Amino acid sequence: MKKRSGTTGLSRRQFIVGSAAAGGGLALGLHVPFGLAAEARAAGEAPAEVNLWVAIRPDDTVLVRIARAEMGQGTLTGLAQLVAEELECDWDKVVTDPITPGRNLAAKRAWGEMGTGGSRGIRTSQDYVRQGGAAARIMLLQAAADQWKVPVREVSVDKGVISHAGSGRRSTYGKVAAAASKLAPPDMKSIKLKDAREWKVAGQPLKRLDTAPKLDGSKVYSIDVRLPGMLNAAIKQCPVFGGKLVSYDASKIAGRRGVKGVVKVGDGSVAVVADTWWRAKTALDALPIVWDEGPGANVTSAQIAEHLKAGLEAPNAFALRNEGDARSAIEGAAKKVEAVYSTPFLAHATMEPMNCTARVTKDRAEAWVPTQNAEASLAALSEESGIALAQCEINRTDLGCGFGRRGGNQDYTRQAAAIAKQFPGTAVKLIWSREEDIQHDFYRPISQCKLTAGLDRDGNLTGMSIRVSGQSINAFVNPAAIANGKDKRQLQGLWAEPGDAQLGYAFPNFLVEYAMRNTHVPVGPWRGVNTNQNGVYMECFMDEVAKAAGKDPLEFRRQFMANHPKHLAVLEAAAEKAGWGTPLPAGRFRGIAQFMGYYSYSAAVAEVSVSPTGELKVHRMVLALNCGHAVNPHMIAAQVEGSVALGLSATLYGENTVDKGRIVQSNFHDYRSVRLADMPQIETVLVPTLDFWGGVGEPTICVVAPSVLNAIHAATGKPVRSLPLKNAKLV
Amino acid sequence: MAKLNVNGKVREVDVEADTPLLWVLREQIGLTGTKYGCGVAQCGSCSVHVNGEVRRSCSIPVGSLEAGDRIVTIEGLAPKATHAVQRAWAEVDVPQCGYCQSGQIMAAAALIAANPDPSDADIDAAMTNICRCGTYQRIRTAVHRAAQINKSKAKA
Repeated sequence: MKKRSGTTGLSRRQFIVGSAAAGGGLALGLHVPFGLAAEARAAGEAPAEVNLWVAIRPDDTVLVRIARAEMGQGTLTGLAQLVAEELECDWDKVVTDPITPGRNLAAKRAWGEMGTGGSRGIRTSQDYVRQGGAAARIMLLQAAADQWKVPVREVSVDKGVISHAGSGRRSTYGKVAAAASKLAPPDMKSIKLKDAREWKVAGQPLKRLDTAPKLDGSKVYSIDVRLPGMLNAAIKQCPVFGGKLVSYDASKIAGRRGVKGVVKVGDGSVAVVADTWWRAKTALDALPIVWDEGPGANVTSAQIAEHLKAGLEAPNAFALRNEGDARSAIEGAAKKVEAVYSTPFLAHATMEPMNCTARVTKDRAEAWVPTQNAEASLAALSEESGIALAQCEINRTDLGCGFGRRGGNQDYTRQAAAIAKQFPGTAVKLIWSREEDIQHDFYRPISQCKLTAGLDRDGNLTGMSIRVSGQSINAFVNPAAIANGKDKRQLQGLWAEPGDAQLGYAFPNFLVEYAMRNTHVPVGPWRGVNTNQNGVYMECFMDEVAKAAGKDPLEFRRQFMANHPKHLAVLEAAAEKAGWGTPLPAGRFRGIAQFMGYYSYSAAVAEVSVSPTGELKVHRMVLALNCGHAVNPHMIAAQVEGSVALGLSATLYGENTVDKGRIVQSNFHDYRSVRLADMPQIETVLVPTLDFWGGVGEPTICVVAPSVLNAIHAATGKPVRSLPLKNAKLV
Repeated sequence: MAKLNVNGKVREVDVEADTPLLWVLREQIGLTGTKYGCGVAQCGSCSVHVNGEVRRSCSIPVGSLEAGDRIVTIEGLAPKATHAVQRAWAEVDVPQCGYCQSGQIMAAAALIAANPDPSDADIDAAMTNICRCGTYQRIRTAVHRAAQINKSKAKA
């Protein structure tokens, strides 16, 4: 196994060294961030800070600074590849080092945005991190040239070894880094970044930098943090969203071993704090609690479904697209196709449950938290603790999954801060039970969709209309983003304009509308966000219309894609690899789909069989992706494979239903995930066109469900219009 | 008070008998490589070996264990991560977030110990832990690879 430990500062030994130092620092009114300080101590030699992104030790180890979160998606390795590519260092000597939000804030956000969602980790920081690598290279070469008193143009570098051809002199980055760090940075405008066709490190299917500590239990996730004198907290939130805590009877758990206190958290939660989490959790289970369940207490899924259904026909809706006259074109058509689809609420169920360890003193607050948005965590910590931002710090740990759950909504960070505030100077680790996690999420929003299309006598499409009715993420998390009631985000993937989430078809008469129908259930982004639902609606309906027109699903789609060559190319790539149109073994059927999100183009072909008793088997899935630039094809394939797994979980099993105002499901027994036996063989086809930068973590998930559903439709002759499939009778 | 043999060391822990092994490992003994994922033996993130068999430690009360029971956690699977499964996992680059991987590795290690050359169907049946990142395809590849590594070791 390779010696590299990948991320710095995160081995257990270093972590404890750093944490202890941080504790001592607090006592002295100082703060020692554990990452870099611990790593530097462990290595015994401080790196020279060449610039924001690159620090180099005398032994030639290159520290690449990472501002974005790593939650399994591989951004950490990808960003390091991009920096290393321009730096021309030795890839085997690269380690990464996380930037904390406190440090970023103190430097006036010099490291840029830290939020890691919307598949932005690489695509929206690739330019400045590559510039950082290039600027560091220029400074390092200049330092060597200065030392040798030769013109810098005569100096070259290969894998961190600098040489001067004329004199045969050689040096290394490690030897000149200290001098380089004292030079003025080059004019960023003068830096010419490499063409991706010249990449040697980026673009390669390199192994991840952070694997080793994931194989022997040594990786410290936030849930594993242990601090001197630390207490543990378990929390219960009002089971009904919007409800409040009325009272609890602490006397019933008084005297239980290890219990240190019972704490009201915000309006609607109560926590028990104890020496261990297990004792806190069992005491909490024994604590009598009275809730005011509030106005949502009687809501059921059936009511929500009626509420949404009404939105399908309501006169008032936001028309995102109204091209030609879809209504008349459909009404006057020889044949009319109509369908209503629905998709449920979905919890994220990250493998590492929500947790946060916080320590609050009278003038300082610090937290260890798995976060996709460390700056939002910092803000939440500051607001809740009442400690000024500059006196707060978030110690970043890599996340045990994210999927959008741990971004802007830092509910668990707030709770930990509120609890820790009541134990001044003592670190308190809050861990949610899985039950709390499933029942108190910000769910993928529920929606229904009515689609209608008209066909003339020859099977030509005359018009199409799409009405989505459902809950709005922006209305819940960011109402200001909805200008004049135009909540475009819920129609993600159906947009006309190129770039982010463009629909790949041009229809003759086309109406796309959204009727906002909110509920009391909190909603938020869930890997792929609204491309998941809209991908199902659009792409499954395309197959229904193709069938009504008597056309092959691929042929049918092609006729609307002449002006969308990138969408079409990806669709063709998937079809070709999957052998669309070629014979299959008896009983197997294919389904196809394409859709777009996060600036990337995706398509899939699924092969399924449905047994005479209605049992589904997904045998094979081919996914094609054009993400513009493919920084690490090996990790992109992993993201595609992961998208198939999460997408299939949603397709086959995933739903959160509501009864008496609360989520019915509570754990993985009734909120099921796919397991290994459910998985098809997955083949990834990458067709990057190098003329844009698209996302990777999310785009392909939106074609998973529709390609499978379309294959089922082909197998059974019946469309399934409501997810998940566990509720459907396939035959 | 319970006496546990963990990774070859006998430890005395002062806990209530109904405390799950998972939490004793994590909180009393400080072995945090074994993860909490569900608490109800569904996800397998807490998988450890008890007398060579893979068990979900979230659902084993410590009081039900005997002092002679040999408990092995991810930290004790092999020195320096040299177990064939760990080597295969590294070669195939299986983990994404990594949180469930301790449990996956322990499940795979138990599988190939019992069945040195598992078929795909054997892997389907034995590898039932949940990975929300979706590393399943690489897990399958890596289990086959681990079996190969063991076979080549046996020949050598």
